[in-house]
Amino acid sequence: MALKVVIGLEMHCELNTKTKVFSKSLNNYNDIPNSSVTAIDLAFPGTLPIVNKEAVKKAIKMALCLNCKIPEELIFDRKNYYYPDVPKNYQITQNTKPIGLNGKINVEVNNELVPITIHDIHLEEDTASLDHYFDYSLIDYNRSGVPLLEIVTDPCIYSPEAAVAFLEHLRNIYKYTDCSEADTKKGQIRCDVNVSLKEENATELGTKVEVKNVNSFSNVYAAILYEIKRQTELIEAGKNNEIIQETRRWDEESGATIRMREKVESIDYKYYVDPNIPKIKIEKEWIEEIKSEIPLLPLERKTKYIEDYNLSSYDAGVLVKTKEVSDYFEECLELGMNPKEASNWITSQIMGYINKYDIEITDIFLTPKRLLKIINFLNNNTISSKQAKELFFLVLEEKEEPEVLIKKYGIEQIVNNEELLAIIQNIVDNNQSQIEEYKAGKTKVFDYFIGMIMKETKGKANPVKVKEILLSKLK
Amino acid sequence: MIKKLNNKIKNKEISSDDLVKEAITKAEKSQKKLNAFVTIIKDAKEVKSNNLLSGIPVAIKDNFSTKDILSTGSSNTLKDYIPYFDATAIKKIKAAGAVIIGKTALDELGMGGTGLMAATGPVKNPWNINKITGGSSSGSAAAVAAGIVPYALGTDTGDSIRIPAAHCGIVGYKPTYGMVSRFGVFAFASSLDTVGVLCTSVEDAAIVIDQIKGKDEYDMTSWNSENINLLASLDGNVKNKKLFYIKEICDINNYEEKTNELIKTLEEFNKTIEKCQELGIKVEEVSFDQKLLDSIYPTYLTITSAEATSNMSNLTGIIFGPRGKGNTIDEMMKDHRTRGFSSLIKRRFVIGSYVLQKENQERYLFASAKIRHLIVNKMNELFNEFDGLILPASSEPASNINGDRSAHLRTEQYLAIGNFGGYPSITIPSGFVNDMPIGINITGKIKDDANILNIAYALEKKLGYKNQTAKGWE
Repeated sequence: MALKVVIGLEMHCELNTKTKVFSKSLNNYNDIPNSSVTAIDLAFPGTLPIVNKEAVKKAIKMALCLNCKIPEELIFDRKNYYYPDVPKNYQITQNTKPIGLNGKINVEVNNELVPITIHDIHLEEDTASLDHYFDYSLIDYNRSGVPLLEIVTDPCIYSPEAAVAFLEHLRNIYKYTDCSEADTKKGQIRCDVNVSLKEENATELGTKVEVKNVNSFSNVYAAILYEIKRQTELIEAGKNNEIIQETRRWDEESGATIRMREKVESIDYKYYVDPNIPKIKIEKEWIEEIKSEIPLLPLERKTKYIEDYNLSSYDAGVLVKTKEVSDYFEECLELGMNPKEASNWITSQIMGYINKYDIEITDIFLTPKRLLKIINFLNNNTISSKQAKELFFLVLEEKEEPEVLIKKYGIEQIVNNEELLAIIQNIVDNNQSQIEEYKAGKTKVFDYFIGMIMKETKGKANPVKVKEILLSKLK
Repeated sequence: MIKKLNNKIKNKEISSDDLVKEAITKAEKSQKKLNAFVTIIKDAKEVKSNNLLSGIPVAIKDNFSTKDILSTGSSNTLKDYIPYFDATAIKKIKAAGAVIIGKTALDELGMGGTGLMAATGPVKNPWNINKITGGSSSGSAAAVAAGIVPYALGTDTGDSIRIPAAHCGIVGYKPTYGMVSRFGVFAFASSLDTVGVLCTSVEDAAIVIDQIKGKDEYDMTSWNSENINLLASLDGNVKNKKLFYIKEICDINNYEEKTNELIKTLEEFNKTIEKCQELGIKVEEVSFDQKLLDSIYPTYLTITSAEATSNMSNLTGIIFGPRGKGNTIDEMMKDHRTRGFSSLIKRRFVIGSYVLQKENQERYLFASAKIRHLIVNKMNELFNEFDGLILPASSEPASNINGDRSAHLRTEQYLAIGNFGGYPSITIPSGFVNDMPIGINITGKIKDDANILNIAYALEKKLGYKNQTAKGWE
């Protein structure tokens, strides 16, 4: 019996607004604990939520990117539950009318476009972060009230690869639209993963298991694989009834999912519309304005790179993988670089470098302007391509302008004919026996001479000219 | 009263210092008999400013957040809570130079209509200390009626300003919802909570609300009322204004239990109607669906219990308020709440949790919302034709502290119509029944506060109870 996995995702991502979603505290990551809090974040008596327009705007932007339907009015609901990470003991979220409904996007999985449908997108407030110790816990309310966007897919994903591709794609959109830093390392993204198995042709979904609070994409992948294995083994052993609707968590240390609680439905969050926030009409003009601010998204950029610049699908794919790289590339083009040339530099040299050191392209000293300088030196024969690579690393390492480094290290090509003639003549004169061999038909010796010349000039000789002169000498 | 005091200060007949000291002394002296205050601020001093309210003492209901001053909401869950910020209304009144001399007791967190549910014990009526004040703005009403302060701030969720005003023979004004910011007011039921004033004249009510109203960036439900000047609108010209009263409420034949007080109250009401007519106001009788009227109390109870249950979830004793005992955070919260809340509030929480449960929402919460809607629609229709609704503020004068109040519950709740629709609503004293004051209430359409106040202003003159305070309680 062939089993098919069905996955649904809930991705929570913190928006990068200036202030929190319902208060004027700064939305600062990485601050001193409990430094970015106001009376509202701590639910002091009499405090009221103030909806942050920027957060709503970014939520609408994301909803538009995912082709969701935007409601006519903005409504927030209270989700009532007692837990110390929510000082009000209710979380303001959207239940009645989420900011986005019924969306759909295509995601590239193994060079194929896979459609993923979005159930809803809702804007809510993040909770405080808790650190549990042996006999006490610490609460940091900095995160309390940070705008959090939750994107919920339908159960429409059929492989762990597609799940991760979708998440990566979303992270990209967050960055492309500047709605979030979308940094998993900073805990800005958290995922809930719903996994069920069914027989290949079954129309009904199997029993759903929810793995909560998975904090990285690799863990999402691992958690899905683990659940597939665990559930498959149970089914194959005839223990289908042991797959129950439950909430589990991913335990990174043991590489397994662990049961948290059974029957998700038994929690009644007593949702109801928050009376402190009046219904706000979402004007069509505003939606249009937001729409007009959405930049070209990864897949659109990729198509453009392939069609307009004749780049390979692979290279275009590498370039759009992150917004930073794609922006770097586009800046190069704005500076007048040849797209193919810029692409080659970025996809081979630069990507190699930033991947090796695990840094961002925005962190390197070699800006597009400096890259252009190197390319110009190369194209006007000031330096050789080998020297260009050398200069490339020097700029990265020493953080100096290319022209300064050229001077500092004397990385100029010898293009002067007379100078080269003298050097080559000298070598030819001192290697008569090799000349005999060459003339006898051992053409390999040619490379030996090139090597000698380059050694003598410390690689500064222009290879085209060297070849030209050497050939004439060997005739 | 406020204008008079302001003139006296200006003319140096009296200093603000003397006024404030006198108020503090009176407040302290009154405590044994009236028990109106949670806190008396003995070192309260004038802050100079050029305003009608400058240097004049005021008392504040204890559910307003007052910076550096104990603010308990008359609840043990907040018995040690000293806020670090002022409510917007407090900020504004301080900026106007008002001198806060004390915080007044209320039915715990605004819940209850008697004045008997404050953590500091029952508040007593200055007209007769064996009688209740009504609530929940009980201490504020008592302090004004006793002549301790010329005015006090209160809040009104169902009738919490307008009932105690009636029982204490003073003016109680609940402006249109959102006219005064709720920021810093301890939430009871957010969709109904309104900041207002208790005082002894319509003019004073206008002066005070003019000072504290306005759009507030900290309250999304507040609105811009720059174009409204209540004081300037009081011209007393009410000829051809149209009021209506509801037949089912005002007809004695509609009541099964025809108590002596009820009969007299309705007789007094009819006299008031005649006076309205003498002023040139047209008053008509309108019949209102009895079923809707009967639904007011259950609807009010459902909405307020649901909202209060959620609003008051922040009272856990973890971040503020006295810490509960226990080994886990859950135990600590449970202990704090079990010991902190009165049985009345706990009962409301049980109701609130019940109606908020997913399977019950349709039947209770949504049904209540629908009824609220029906009532408001009907009222809005009537307000297209009439300037306002006039009713007896309560069906009887204040009852005995030790008396049975269950029979009154139904009739007392009509004023909640004003909160359902967010309407401006004002109670003014209209006479006496069995030596206790009674009041009438006028409610008008949203944002039409100036018109409603002007009608009350004209009627007040005609009725002759302006600046009335209780004598003899001392």
